Amino acid sequence: MPVTVKTFASSGEAAAALSSDRGARYLGGGTLVMRALNEGDVSISTVVRVTDRALTRIDVSGARVVIGAGVTLARVLAERDLAFLHPPARSIGGPAVRNMGTVGGNLFAPSPYGDFTVALLALDATVSVQGGFGVRDVPIEEFLQSRERQSGALVLSVSCQRPASADAFRYRKIARIKPKGGSVITLAAHLPMSGGRITGARVALGSMAPTQMRAKAAERALEGRSLDASTMAAAAAAVAEGSAPADNALASAWYRREIVGVHLRRLLAGQE
Amino acid sequence: MPKTALQFHHNGREVAIFVDGGVNLLVALRELIGDMTPKFGCGQGGCGACSVLIDGELHLSCLTLAETVAGRSVQTLDGLKDGPNLHPLQRAFADNFAAQCGYCTPGMLMAAKALLDRNPQPSRAEVIEAISGNICRCTGYEPIINAVLAAASASRARA
Repeated sequence: MPVTVKTFASSGEAAAALSSDRGARYLGGGTLVMRALNEGDVSISTVVRVTDRALTRIDVSGARVVIGAGVTLARVLAERDLAFLHPPARSIGGPAVRNMGTVGGNLFAPSPYGDFTVALLALDATVSVQGGFGVRDVPIEEFLQSRERQSGALVLSVSCQRPASADAFRYRKIARIKPKGGSVITLAAHLPMSGGRITGARVALGSMAPTQMRAKAAERALEGRSLDASTMAAAAAAVAEGSAPADNALASAWYRREIVGVHLRRLLAGQE
Repeated sequence: MPKTALQFHHNGREVAIFVDGGVNLLVALRELIGDMTPKFGCGQGGCGACSVLIDGELHLSCLTLAETVAGRSVQTLDGLKDGPNLHPLQRAFADNFAAQCGYCTPGMLMAAKALLDRNPQPSRAEVIEAISGNICRCTGYEPIINAVLAAASASRARA
């Protein structure tokens, strides 16, 4: 069924068009919206595009890195200053998907997709959203909790602090097919160390709930401790708490719950 | 519903067509331009059979809104050969028995071209990564990887 394509020069106009039309969807790289159209999703009657170059900007000059919502995963991989985000970017799709899929779009990718967002959740990123009443900054956790109601808003960029050291941020995606495959589970951990102890631990999981989630029980097990065997064991034992994984073609919910502790321990121990 | 006029470069030739809203580039290429070399596989971005180069970059034409290529250069498998002469990658695919049913071959060739354009001497691991978004359901990956490496070493021999 043909849809109406509306192309705007500014994000503000596009956000207005999105919030005034229930059937309007924002088209970024196309890997989600074009797929829905190809499958005959009749809930989409209007496709909204923005040509504003600001959406494809990367700013690594300040203390926080800012990545425009329209930046592709391939561009993240080409940016040396974003090396800490290369493992999650590389774990997604093949080269063509990475040339198309965007950082902003990944925020909306349903489970088992959205691996980049798992990394951003562990890094406590901020999502900059253009709504009908201007731009507001939303913590990513809050954004994800209200994701299903965000269809009228337009994401402009995401920003986060660089991890304190290369070792402080870790990412691991478990897939059945290598190098490309959908996520069985995805894990990311940010473990800033202060005086040999973890301060401000954040552990994020993908494919363990309908949206990406924080493993808060595992974070509590890590907080204030040194990263030794007993801490790792305690975090691994607690990591599935509060999760609600689903059965799908990649794995069963039971399997996901069984292996998430194993992989968290390997992630914390720095094992391959 | 009104159609949208769309102009772009298709294998070096300027084309102008009218598209319905929401039409993807694969449909535009196959049904409106008559270039049947990009294939429809899954329509979801999972198989790579529809891979084309847009301004030299590997894209999935089934997930590309046709009107986003206005003024840009789209290269398909049909533009690879030079008159009656096969492209070195096509030659290498034939010599290395890299096609069984052949349905994935156009996408594999475009993914391989995107790799060799950027990295003329890839390692085996880099070839595997480059075609990781392309599925061959005959599972003939080994001869495909060998063919891409053979094309790379043939171009090194010519250089």
